[in-house]
Amino acid sequence: MTDTAATPAHFEAHADNAHHDADHKPGFFVRWFMSTNHKDIGTLYLIFAIIAGIVGGMISGMMRMELAEPGIQYLADWSGEEGDAALHFWNVLITAHGLIMVFFMVMPAMIGGFGNWFVPLMIGAPDMAFPRMNNISFWLLVPAFLLLMGSAFFGAGAGTGWTVYAPLSTYGEPGPSVDMAILSLHLAGASSILGAINFITTIFNMRAPGMTLHKMPLFVWSVLVTAFLLLLALPVLAAAITMLLTDRNFGTTFYDPQGGGDPLLYQHLFWFFGHPEVYIMILPGFGMVSQVVATFSRKPVFGYLGMAYAMVAIGVVGFVVWAHHMFTVGLSLNTKLYFTAATMVIAVPTGIKIFSWIATMWGGSVTFKTPMLWAMGFIFMFTVGGVTGVVLANGGFDDIVHDTYYVVAHFHYVLSLGAVFGLFSGWYYWFGKMSGRMYNEFLGQLHFWLFFIGVNVLFFPMHFLGLDSMPRRYPDYPDAYAHWNEIATYGYWIMLAGMAVFFVNTIWSLVAGKKAADNYWGEGATTLEWTLSSPPPYHQFNTLPKID
Amino acid sequence: MAPQTELAPAPEAELAPAPDVESDAAAAAATAEEAPAFEYAEPTEGIGTPVDGGMTLPEQVTEVGQDALWFHNALLLPIITVISLLVLFLLLWVIARFNRRSNPTPSKTTHNTFLEVLWTLVPVLILVGIAIPSINLLQAQYNLPEGETVTVKVTGNQWYWTYEYPDHGEIMLISNMLPEEADAQEGQRFRTDADGPRLLGVDERMVIPAGTNVRFLVTAADVIHSFAVPAFWTKIDAVPGRLNERWVRVDRPGVYFGQCSELCGARHAFMPIAVEVVSPEDFERWVLAQGGSMPGAEAETSDDAAEDTATDTSAAEAAETAS
Repeated sequence: MTDTAATPAHFEAHADNAHHDADHKPGFFVRWFMSTNHKDIGTLYLIFAIIAGIVGGMISGMMRMELAEPGIQYLADWSGEEGDAALHFWNVLITAHGLIMVFFMVMPAMIGGFGNWFVPLMIGAPDMAFPRMNNISFWLLVPAFLLLMGSAFFGAGAGTGWTVYAPLSTYGEPGPSVDMAILSLHLAGASSILGAINFITTIFNMRAPGMTLHKMPLFVWSVLVTAFLLLLALPVLAAAITMLLTDRNFGTTFYDPQGGGDPLLYQHLFWFFGHPEVYIMILPGFGMVSQVVATFSRKPVFGYLGMAYAMVAIGVVGFVVWAHHMFTVGLSLNTKLYFTAATMVIAVPTGIKIFSWIATMWGGSVTFKTPMLWAMGFIFMFTVGGVTGVVLANGGFDDIVHDTYYVVAHFHYVLSLGAVFGLFSGWYYWFGKMSGRMYNEFLGQLHFWLFFIGVNVLFFPMHFLGLDSMPRRYPDYPDAYAHWNEIATYGYWIMLAGMAVFFVNTIWSLVAGKKAADNYWGEGATTLEWTLSSPPPYHQFNTLPKID
Repeated sequence: MAPQTELAPAPEAELAPAPDVESDAAAAAATAEEAPAFEYAEPTEGIGTPVDGGMTLPEQVTEVGQDALWFHNALLLPIITVISLLVLFLLLWVIARFNRRSNPTPSKTTHNTFLEVLWTLVPVLILVGIAIPSINLLQAQYNLPEGETVTVKVTGNQWYWTYEYPDHGEIMLISNMLPEEADAQEGQRFRTDADGPRLLGVDERMVIPAGTNVRFLVTAADVIHSFAVPAFWTKIDAVPGRLNERWVRVDRPGVYFGQCSELCGARHAFMPIAVEVVSPEDFERWVLAQGGSMPGAEAETSDDAAEDTATDTSAAEAAETAS
């Protein structure tokens, strides 16, 4: 609708054609490339995240192949280079894997994908508050991803790690690659900031009558908290990497001690963003798991207010714990004591959530369909990743495992087994709602079990490697570490088999899946999206629902 | 902060790539002729090296490290194991007891104040229980005990370490990883088992005395590196423009290995650390063999360098405060 001047006639025309308008669907190009529809944009985000996930996951495979046995086996072949340049390619792989999985897989899927699809549906809104800004949020992500991919081909590739620490990222790596990676982060960050503004505005202003903040589904709460974290954290990242750019190209010395700068300034700024970022990746997962657990237990969420405010607390405290990522940089004793204590505090609201999920199931009448399996897998795996987080929180303990595989194991348990399990839980939960067709239950469960076994075989041995002090970001390692590395690589192949089942299931279900009913989960599914058809109409809630 | 000359990328970095091993060894041999002989020890497998297929933290050879090991093995590990198993047990109980068939009518309970207070307070108490030993451990790591102290200045470079002994004359070591026999160039020294495991053996080990406080002053000449010796429970970043400080006291002589622990570029995985701990007498022999001198001994070569540890402490502290 392009009319901006509202005339009485204009309104009348609409009143007459309201029904027709709701079913109006634009052509292919306009629908998918100029979309202002939150569901279509959500779908675009999900497709984008799946593509990025394939790339990031293939890079994991390359890394696990190289690490399967001691010595350098593949790097020279893959990079077509010799010596240091081949070794540098390893750093390009770890950098790309980290950035892709964080910025182009988990975040777009959680917030852009499921957030866009279900926040308006769950609060009874017709769309997002700023539909065109929603479109630019998505389309900023595409060039961001192309820049990052391109950085591997222009110059030697960015081998700085996803943290892009100065001075390795300033005078340590000349050439255009790191600049392209930085610009990629700028665009991805801008995309997320716009998305965050959109979500906050939508949730605050477009709830259906009667939908008070304390009646919002927990998934909406989780996206709201996440949006605030994005809004406050990303500008700091933008500033930090802008100074990197000027240090690299315009002779400034923000991070260069020879000009009065400080390399640790970058780390403080980065982790001021980076720590909230890890909650950005997990909070929407918390929200989805809450919906799924309540649905399949046929019970309302236990301790709803505690659950909502636990997320708020995690978000707030998440901003004041960043320096635990920097325990070995030479912090003073008092600083380390503070960050040890503050970090441990986060275990309390997280514990509240874990136990409240279990209490939701307790006394319930639980069916163990695929989304519920993923949700329960999430709860257990996130607990395992969470308790190693408490171990790592201790500044005095951390020295021995800092920058070792123990840390790699920890953050893959909370992300690869936490956030990703949350994503798959949401995917199977809402697949029928989004596509109008049901997934195949057998394939869904097969996917779960293969993936569950695979990632545990892949990541659990990393605890042992870390305790035995194997540093991370190493393409080759002393022979003593060979055993557990070999096992971990087997785990990757099992996980990959699980992902093959996922793709077969998705394609098969889209083509030949059973038609999905409006509320295919039955009495336990009580949120507003289940009152709509599957898939929902192009524009929903022409008459706003009333919540009592 | 105003970078002190000492803190700016040290001139020795200009030597990169490290001077060829042969001439270095030859020089050392020449000095050794007049001085009493010093022999490098062979590493003991499993102590100071990674354990084949290991699943646990490395054996500790410092008191602080042993405290930290106890903290993990006796406190942290049991607590996290019990919590994880409790959650697993509760989930299995739900599966067994509250499935659709066993419990067709779901309860309507959504609140239980007692339970909610309980699972907030109990974790708080557990965390307090963890925090107290954690605080003590941190303080011990920072408090250098009284007594004789040997200072070693450690500088990270792409991709090797340099070790200097400011109190022991002009000793400066450039420590490179030894290549495997197959990869070594004609005449180049390659690794043997006496040097240590593959990727860990170096041409020049840092040598420190047993039973003595040793202070590492750690910095970097180019990008950030991290000086790590797991058997000492020590890991401290080498940051250009900063002088970080860490102390250890090792009672057991032996060879202890570590690896660079902060991503520093292409050969990040190939700049190991090897520290040999020897008796104080052997340390003196080694110092003399390196052409250095012991502080306090008639100071002909070591006039101002022997100017004891006190000046050093204040310099290090000044650097810390300034940054």
